Amino acid sequence: MEKLNLGKRNVVPNGARQILIMTKYTFLDYFRSRRFFVLLIIALAIGALLTGIVGYFRPASFITSVLAFYSSWWGTSVTFIVILSAVFFGGDAISGEFQNKTGYFLVGNPIRRSSIYIGKYLAAFIAAVIILAVFTVITLGNGFYYFGSSSIPYQFVESFILAILYTASALGLTFFFSSLFKSSTMSILTTIILLLFVFSLVSVLIESLANIQPTFILTYGAQVITNVLSNPYPPAVTTSSAGPGSHFILTVYNVGLSEGIAIMLVYFAVASVAGLLIFERKEFI
Amino acid sequence: MNVPSIQAISLTKKYGSFTALSNLNIKIEGAKCVGFLGPNGAGKTTTLKLFTDMIRPTSGQAFINGIDVHKEKKKALASVGTLIETPQIYPSLTEREALLMVAEIKGVPPDSLEKSVKEVVDKVKMQAWLDKKIGKMSKGMQQRINVAAALLGDPEVVLLDEPTSGLDPRGMSEVRDIIKDLKKENRLIFMSSHILSEVSEMCDEVAMIDHGKLLAYGPIEDVVSRFSDKHAGVVEVSLIKPIKDSALKRIRTINGVRSLEKLDTRRFNLKLSGGIKTQQAVLAKLVKLNIGIIGFKPSSSALEETYLSVFKETV
Ligand SMILES: Nc1ncnc2c1ncn2[C@@H]1O[C@H](COP(=O)(O)OP(=O)(O)OP(=O)(O)O)[C@@H](O)[C@H]1O
Ligand SMILES: [Mg+2]
Repeated sequence: MEKLNLGKRNVVPNGARQILIMTKYTFLDYFRSRRFFVLLIIALAIGALLTGIVGYFRPASFITSVLAFYSSWWGTSVTFIVILSAVFFGGDAISGEFQNKTGYFLVGNPIRRSSIYIGKYLAAFIAAVIILAVFTVITLGNGFYYFGSSSIPYQFVESFILAILYTASALGLTFFFSSLFKSSTMSILTTIILLLFVFSLVSVLIESLANIQPTFILTYGAQVITNVLSNPYPPAVTTSSAGPGSHFILTVYNVGLSEGIAIMLVYFAVASVAGLLIFERKEFI
Repeated sequence: MNVPSIQAISLTKKYGSFTALSNLNIKIEGAKCVGFLGPNGAGKTTTLKLFTDMIRPTSGQAFINGIDVHKEKKKALASVGTLIETPQIYPSLTEREALLMVAEIKGVPPDSLEKSVKEVVDKVKMQAWLDKKIGKMSKGMQQRINVAAALLGDPEVVLLDEPTSGLDPRGMSEVRDIIKDLKKENRLIFMSSHILSEVSEMCDEVAMIDHGKLLAYGPIEDVVSRFSDKHAGVVEVSLIKPIKDSALKRIRTINGVRSLEKLDTRRFNLKLSGGIKTQQAVLAKLVKLNIGIIGFKPSSSALEETYLSVFKETV
């Protein structure tokens, strides 16, 4: 009945420590599974494509002013990069644990489910920020080439920070769906369709047809990333008639800076809390 | 808490209107191996999942070392090794990485991480694969790693769901040896299995379950003698050296021995006329004969007969 190894009994690490352990190994998995590199290559390809096109055609919208350059270059592509990262790293983060039964290897251990969730989220966030950073470097490289290195407008720094907030928020949403569904395909498809199509479609429709500001749509809030790059900041509402002689008035809303930040923060908070609660209650059956 | 224990109190699990586990009450305490038997769909995996908080009880509670698993999972599982239903391991990690992850989560100190991983890998004979990706391994090799993961961190309680499933004969026998070793080290092992010879070889007690209801729990001999009269007290005796015919003759005359069936030169079955008391008396006499006894177990066929009669009764 006596115990031999009383002295070296393990002490289960605290929650924060276990979160970091999860982050570390999830990140390792991104590397090993080439998931990270695939996305890196996509980001590099988009960067290379833009570099080639701008270098060859020198479109006026890009090279008339510094701000115009960053607005056209970064503003058009960065939200796409963020959405790709969110889907790549978050789309099946939790659903994959159920579908592939890898969760069975994890949850039988002395670790809270919330630590698994948060740890995986942090890994996805760090990976997405690295991808974003690489794309930023390509953007800045081109900016320096055309306008010199002393020319980073403060608006670009703002835009970069907002892009990071968008990353956090979009990942929160993809994690939520990956927690909601048990099938990876379902959760990945849902997030892609939502972030790339449904959100934009719904906001265009309710803006132009119902004249309602779509403050409840994440991608609408993310437009601040582009908006801060125009000087002056775009007006809250712009209207235009659909064509000459037409009575149809097209209304377009432009999200304000604090509105945009609020929308992204609310999405992040609500999606994260809901995703976590669902995962806590989900059964490995 | 010095004595490892697991306990279920009115533990019930329903899937919709279907009751997978019905009002399970059981307390298992101390260093021993308990086999968990029952036909397919009996509720074994359901029980083990409730003990690891993979599913929530509909009612009732599951305790490990006195701690409610659902309320305080992290604390309850602090010194528990689990292997439930052939888990998959992240296919792109290597064996070393996957096991390091579990070791870190369980709180193996940083300076002995590599050492403890090596230890369990040696036990399951997977040293040559340490730096290979798990996705490239066969099912049985992955199961060995699952067994290794369950052993990490010196668990006091080990919960295993068909641990030898998918293993080759050598793998099965190695895992059986591992479990026997665990038993020696003051561990409580609770293990579901369909392989009765395995259970009667390794386990001290059995719990039998069907249709979500516990039908019997107790020392193997007790359960065997309770459920099958005709096989009451069939024991398998194994010896270190071949036995002579003269000795066999003498054994047949021992009081309480009804008949003797020679299995091979070093093993024979004894059919006894009574239960546990008779067993004890017969064993005492056998020892005096000095024939080199190394094993005296209820025979696996006895457990099998019991199994068949128990689970026929409940259909
Ligand atoms: N997710 C689920 N939904 C509905 N019923 C389920 C679910 N999971 C298990 N069951 C039912 O619960 C019962 C017990 O299943 P369990 O997996 O515990 O059996 P088992 O004893 O482990 O069987 P086996 O020997 O085949 O592994 C079965 O009848 C099964 O059909
Ligand atoms: Mg089972």
